[in-house]
Amino acid sequence: MDGSTLASPSADVPDLAQRQARPFSPWLDAWRRFRRHPLAVASGVVLLAMILAIAFGPFVWKVAINDIDFAARMQTPSWKHPFGTDDLGQDLLARMLYGGRISLAVGLSAMFVAITVGTIVGAIAGMSRGWVGPALMWLTDLFLSLPALPLLLLVIYLFRDSLKAAFGVEGGIFIMVVVVIGGLRWMPVARLVRAQFLSLREKEFVEAARALGATKLRQVVRHILPNALGPVIVAATIDVAAAIIAESTLSFLGLGFPPDIPTWGRILYDAKDYLDIAPYWALFPGAAIFLTVLSINFIGDGLRDALDPRKVM
Amino acid sequence: MGRYLIKRLVIAVPSLLGISVILFTVLALAPGDPFGELATNPAVPPEVREALRVKFGLDDPIAIRYFRWIAAMFQGDWGFSFASRIDVDTLILQRLPATLFVIGSAQVLALMIALPVGVMAATRPYSLFDQISSTFAFIGFSLPTFFTGLLFILVFSVQLDWLPFVYSDVRATGWRWYWENLRQAIMPIAVLGLFQAASMTRYVRSAVLDVIRLDYVTTARAKGLGERTVIVKHVVRNALIPVVTLVALQMPAIFGGAIVTEQIFRIPGIGSLLISAILANDTPVIMAVTFVFACLVVLFNLIADVLYGWLDPRITLG
Repeated sequence: MDGSTLASPSADVPDLAQRQARPFSPWLDAWRRFRRHPLAVASGVVLLAMILAIAFGPFVWKVAINDIDFAARMQTPSWKHPFGTDDLGQDLLARMLYGGRISLAVGLSAMFVAITVGTIVGAIAGMSRGWVGPALMWLTDLFLSLPALPLLLLVIYLFRDSLKAAFGVEGGIFIMVVVVIGGLRWMPVARLVRAQFLSLREKEFVEAARALGATKLRQVVRHILPNALGPVIVAATIDVAAAIIAESTLSFLGLGFPPDIPTWGRILYDAKDYLDIAPYWALFPGAAIFLTVLSINFIGDGLRDALDPRKVM
Repeated sequence: MGRYLIKRLVIAVPSLLGISVILFTVLALAPGDPFGELATNPAVPPEVREALRVKFGLDDPIAIRYFRWIAAMFQGDWGFSFASRIDVDTLILQRLPATLFVIGSAQVLALMIALPVGVMAATRPYSLFDQISSTFAFIGFSLPTFFTGLLFILVFSVQLDWLPFVYSDVRATGWRWYWENLRQAIMPIAVLGLFQAASMTRYVRSAVLDVIRLDYVTTARAKGLGERTVIVKHVVRNALIPVVTLVALQMPAIFGGAIVTEQIFRIPGIGSLLISAILANDTPVIMAVTFVFACLVVLFNLIADVLYGWLDPRITLG
């Protein structure tokens, strides 16, 4: 009887009991497969530890990020300053905990922008049967061949001052960085979603829903989208990492957040002129970016294995 | 082949036009105008400013301004740099070779690493070598170029004192000139090349894995061909086809990395020109450099398409 499921529970009573004892769901199955990827699980632990440190660290380590102390300039790591101090005697641990919040917030928000735009564009292109689909795909390809970083720099150069005036220094830059990074990273998601939609919309269960009179929106939201979600989740994970790198790059070039907002990239930018006398100053934020991005990438790899139902493990 | 090339060229034109529309829209939506510098300068009287606006047609409808701008771009009239006091096209032509040299050498380095490693990993999947190389690939593309650049400077310039810190004018002549130039280019090329090699290795590995189980490879082995011939002549050539596309799609990211490395190592290329122009509010240079980057991306996509046609003769455009 292996491999076949009975239509009604008539004969095999013990088998039924066994089935009820071990509930089955696609998410549970995915979690079981995710655990088989040791590096992904380890990365999840590392990332969780970093998020906890960033979220609760400032309540434990109560040093102000802008506490200038010229008597303690460029001190190497010690018990008083575990990560050392910078050229103004500011405590680097406090600055990094604060900067981590911004870097992660930018990464997550930009990912949401990218996923939302990408899913909408991909869904419309995947559902339309006329000229809309090809036109949207042409637009996607066009955006794919845009040089992202130069364009990012151009937009920030042109819009910096007016956004600063509208939303304040911190808010203005945050909104702009998130929108621009997200706005230049939606294309792979749109392609993925469209490809999924093209095959899913012809499947029998969607046809059944259509025959029952489900509207197009209901077909998409209830039936097609949940089945297309796996690759989108993987792309979302990778997008967080890419957005964190993009934000750090902007700050590193001195064109992201202003100096009084110490994101990890900004700390690196300040540290790069003191490499010969204070290497630790650059090493800590650099390692933080690297560790975050590496763990996110490994988690993405684990999710790719876990969410692919064709994979037999 | 010639017809294929022409068709690809014709397809590249609309995407260039589309990119130019996006760039121009961004510029036109921006508050202020390119003459902001003159406008805030109290020495310029209002009537002169007004005359300038009329002369450059800044009050015309946006469509007319776009066509004037694109016509000027095609005629090579790219404007005048406020900061450097020379024509923008001369400035860019001076800076372009350094950028292309670094990017080109980095690509060659990346291919030299990625091809053998990727093929080796794919011929022995899930072996120790495969696992080590895939871990290194993950580390490689998780290390942002700005951090690798600083690490390289820290190790090779500060600690070991083997290589020069940043670019400088080489005063030597003859062979020594080449040697000094090569020495200062090693670190930026290595930073960009290793970053590229990391993702390329994974592309090569999965492409070779897709091909290596196909029947024609078994046929080649059954004919009694050596393993080396089978891999090099039969597997790699076919596996390269998707790799070429993926590498072309990576081009925008490579230019991003080039801007960062040029900034770290002070290479006099167009990436560092862009940053200094932004810091100096030099709008004509910013627009032109962004447009050049866009053109380069389209150009590399075109090259990828041509390579595609050469690698796979079945591909034609219907």
